[in-house]
Amino acid sequence: METEPDDELWAAIADPSRRRVLDLLVQRGEASASWLAGQVPFTRQAVSKHLVVLEEAGLVGRRKQGREVLYRVDADRLDQASRAMADVAQRWDRRLATIKRLAEAAHAQAQRPT
Amino acid sequence: MSTSEYQIERDILIEAPVEVVWRTITEPDQITLWFADKVDLEIKPGARGYMGFGDQGGPVMVETVEPPTRFSFRWNHRAGEEPAPGNSVLVEFTLAGEGEHTRLRVVESGLDLLRRPDIDKQKYADEHTHGWGEFLDRLAGVLAERA
Repeated sequence: METEPDDELWAAIADPSRRRVLDLLVQRGEASASWLAGQVPFTRQAVSKHLVVLEEAGLVGRRKQGREVLYRVDADRLDQASRAMADVAQRWDRRLATIKRLAEAAHAQAQRPT
Repeated sequence: MSTSEYQIERDILIEAPVEVVWRTITEPDQITLWFADKVDLEIKPGARGYMGFGDQGGPVMVETVEPPTRFSFRWNHRAGEEPAPGNSVLVEFTLAGEGEHTRLRVVESGLDLLRRPDIDKQKYADEHTHGWGEFLDRLAGVLAERA
């Protein structure tokens, strides 16, 4: 099955506070919403909202342990998203390198004595 | 919504004066050498035109033209939709003289990153991520450990 990154995934990862939640989950491995809320400067409700968005984007999965719900990161999905971002940066590196080559060639030509 | 905007910033030092770099990034026939395959655009603020990438393309709108230091445009690959904040990608160039040379900085921001004609999805697997942004660096490390 081919899975392509989509807008939902992008929106989920582009928000800084959601990235913070993701970051914590990546470091911790698995965590409950209340543990996460203890680590961030925003409310438990905000954490829950972020987790819903992350879950809908497929970045985070959950399981029940006793009375607690534990969340964990889907590494493949997250890898897909981070590659998409890195790809944009790399394409600009290539474009800037081309601009550099063009401008330096034009400059060298203009400098040449006639 | 600004909450789901992304922003990517890159820069390069070019051994040519600012004016030369300015022409390279703003003349439509030069733009076809480093960006879109087809550029039909007048370089003045508010001008609307078209940029094509292979068999795809879409409307472009010039935002800022301040020779020779600032140039920005918006583009949207959806035909029939005018580029505006919220439906398009903003590309902003800043040129700064460093002695005889030029520091060229580009900031790309927008939404909808993953459905763009200039993104070559085939290449994802072939290209490795390299360091920009603390988050992605750490992420890549964690993912490598798990692999």
